Amino acid sequence: MSQSSTDPRLLRAPPKRRLRLSWRDERVRGIVWQVLVVGVIGAIVWWLWSNTVHNLEVRRIATGFGFLSREAGLPIAESLIEYSPTDTYFRALLVGLLNTLKVAVVGIVLATILGTLIGIARLSRNWLLAKLAGIYVEVIRDLPLLLQLLFWYVVLQNLPGPRQALTPVEGIYLSNRGLKLPALVWEAAHGWALLAFLAGIVGTWLYRRWARARQMQDGQPRRVWPVALLLMAGLPVAVWWALGAPWVVDWPVLRGFNFRGGTTITPEYFALLLGLVLYTAGFIAEIVRAGILAVPQGQWEAAEALGLRPAQVLNRVVLPQALRVIVPPMTSQYLNLTKNSSLAVAIGYQDIVSIANTTLNQTGQAIEGIAIIMLVYLTISLSISLFMNWYNARIALVER
Amino acid sequence: MQPFGPILSRALGVAALGLALVVPDIARAQQAPAADTLGAVRSRGTLVCGVNTGLAGFGQPDAQGVWRGFDVDYCRAFATALFGDPNRVRFVPTTAQARFPALQSGEVDVLARNTTWTLSRDTSLGFDFTGINFYDGQGFMVKANLGVRSARELDGATICVQPGTTTEQNLADWARAHNINFRPVVIERLEEVVGAYLAGRCDAYTTDVSGLAATRSAQQRPDDHMILPDVISKEPLGPLVRQGDPRFADLMRWVHFLLVAAEEFGITQANVEQAAQQDQRPEVQRMLGRTGDLGRMLGVENDWAVKVIRAVGNYGEIFQRNLAPLGLQRGHNALWTEGGLQYAPPFR
Repeated sequence: MSQSSTDPRLLRAPPKRRLRLSWRDERVRGIVWQVLVVGVIGAIVWWLWSNTVHNLEVRRIATGFGFLSREAGLPIAESLIEYSPTDTYFRALLVGLLNTLKVAVVGIVLATILGTLIGIARLSRNWLLAKLAGIYVEVIRDLPLLLQLLFWYVVLQNLPGPRQALTPVEGIYLSNRGLKLPALVWEAAHGWALLAFLAGIVGTWLYRRWARARQMQDGQPRRVWPVALLLMAGLPVAVWWALGAPWVVDWPVLRGFNFRGGTTITPEYFALLLGLVLYTAGFIAEIVRAGILAVPQGQWEAAEALGLRPAQVLNRVVLPQALRVIVPPMTSQYLNLTKNSSLAVAIGYQDIVSIANTTLNQTGQAIEGIAIIMLVYLTISLSISLFMNWYNARIALVER
Repeated sequence: MQPFGPILSRALGVAALGLALVVPDIARAQQAPAADTLGAVRSRGTLVCGVNTGLAGFGQPDAQGVWRGFDVDYCRAFATALFGDPNRVRFVPTTAQARFPALQSGEVDVLARNTTWTLSRDTSLGFDFTGINFYDGQGFMVKANLGVRSARELDGATICVQPGTTTEQNLADWARAHNINFRPVVIERLEEVVGAYLAGRCDAYTTDVSGLAATRSAQQRPDDHMILPDVISKEPLGPLVRQGDPRFADLMRWVHFLLVAAEEFGITQANVEQAAQQDQRPEVQRMLGRTGDLGRMLGVENDWAVKVIRAVGNYGEIFQRNLAPLGLQRGHNALWTEGGLQYAPPFR
């Protein structure tokens, strides 16, 4: 439509409204109410703040975040970064945060895989499989998580001691000190190989995009997997080979009280991970099942009638429609898993809550300690939400 | 209910602290204000005493649910001094981590929970320690069949410890000083940390020697466990109160001195009534309120001392009743007249 044909009335500016200082004026009323609400909220915040400060002063309790730079002196059992008790409270809290992330990230990945498998199993035409999946979901969902965590921890504690450790495969020891695995001695070549692997992922993704674009033009489907294999497996191996193929394994050896060398998965971490994954998988299974059932039967039949193979039916027709039902409740499950990881204190895994609690106990600064815990969970939860909302928007069906 | 204990109690403690600090008007109506603990306890009519969640000899409910122990007897002594009645006390079990928020928030009036007196607790946590009723030190317990005879042999060991304690920090200090590597297993609740040790999750369990003795004596076969001879720290244990009410702190302090002085003068649960009538020593007469008005100076009845000793006995009797059955010797806790450290200033 061209400019000239526009109705001239639409171009005219709206009549200017004069601001009258009267209660009858809608805008004046709006401003008054807003100022009032903001003022009341501000006053409440100020009142809470000043009272807190006053009471802390009266009780002679130290305030502020100065304690973060003091020496912590607390031993921490497992940490992803270098840590010793001479480090500061800040670093101790950072170790706690990383421990929380370690269990949350691994837990989310494993719970998603397990939950999806169980959800699909429950829809299986195999009677036994479907019933077993159903029983799993009902039992796991109905027991409190804390109970399950304590159960797994006690089970792991009652494994034999290190001197009688179970050895399913030579070099792997399972005892009440945890699971001992041989570790690769890390060298520069491994770092480069890892980098090559990451580059391979990016390369594969680019190739897939290109293949798709070409298919749109000439209609020829191109296989992606040979390229993926070459880039993600071949390239890292080639890099590692070129740098001399170092391969030194640190085997765990029983010496003195315990195993030396190798790497350990502690019973505390393992019990927490196991409890969180099994519990959350029960809920995820139901979400997946609901998502798949939400796709009308007619869609399956229509896809099959078009001659698509079963894998294509699932990938091209069912999953895109199921995912939009699955993703939003899945976000809640991921948030639940992350927050439930704070139950770690009950079984001695030192996550952010455990370390912040010890910190507030030793420094006496409870308000700061709790504020740190809240900040950490808020940040993690908002990050998960943002990512999942972005993903949800991406996979949403474009309806016309 | 059991497993929810540590989390729930801490959550409540911290929530109460937050509430008490943030919303003073509600807090004043419900619990002791910062300035006048004594007045608040009086008007409530009962003393709220924070004790251990269950440590044999120090604070543990017996089969009938009656709290028993060394710290518990101190709580009863405080209540008797305040109200003349050892039963006007309510016991609140607190974990190592929940105890300080509980006291800061006013959830408890006094904490008698084998707590070590340190500078930072006395200052930045806002507490006042009212004396040392038990001189302790940190030690290690191991299974007898482990073949360890000294703590120096613990290099490479896994050690169970409770968080939020001086024990945890001492362990780190000691290991650093002696170049010993160890793996900590840090569990908050006493029952669970002991359970982890018993299950063999740890090679050694460390806490105050008195606590080790209590745990050891509670086992079916105590001889399966041995307490190593090394003592790696000073752990002066004593009751503590919030800062801000010196009169309340004074009263708590002098109850302890009374118990020690009574032992020194040979005044016991059995003979206190008679001594109050007939003892000719001037200091005993002042202490028991027959002459002078020392009780009133403390803000309580003048015969407070008679009532306290009648209710719980003297220091030696409290020790004998609660700690001797664990196999603990008096050691440093003997009276100064017998080569120990327990000493009371004059009642004058």
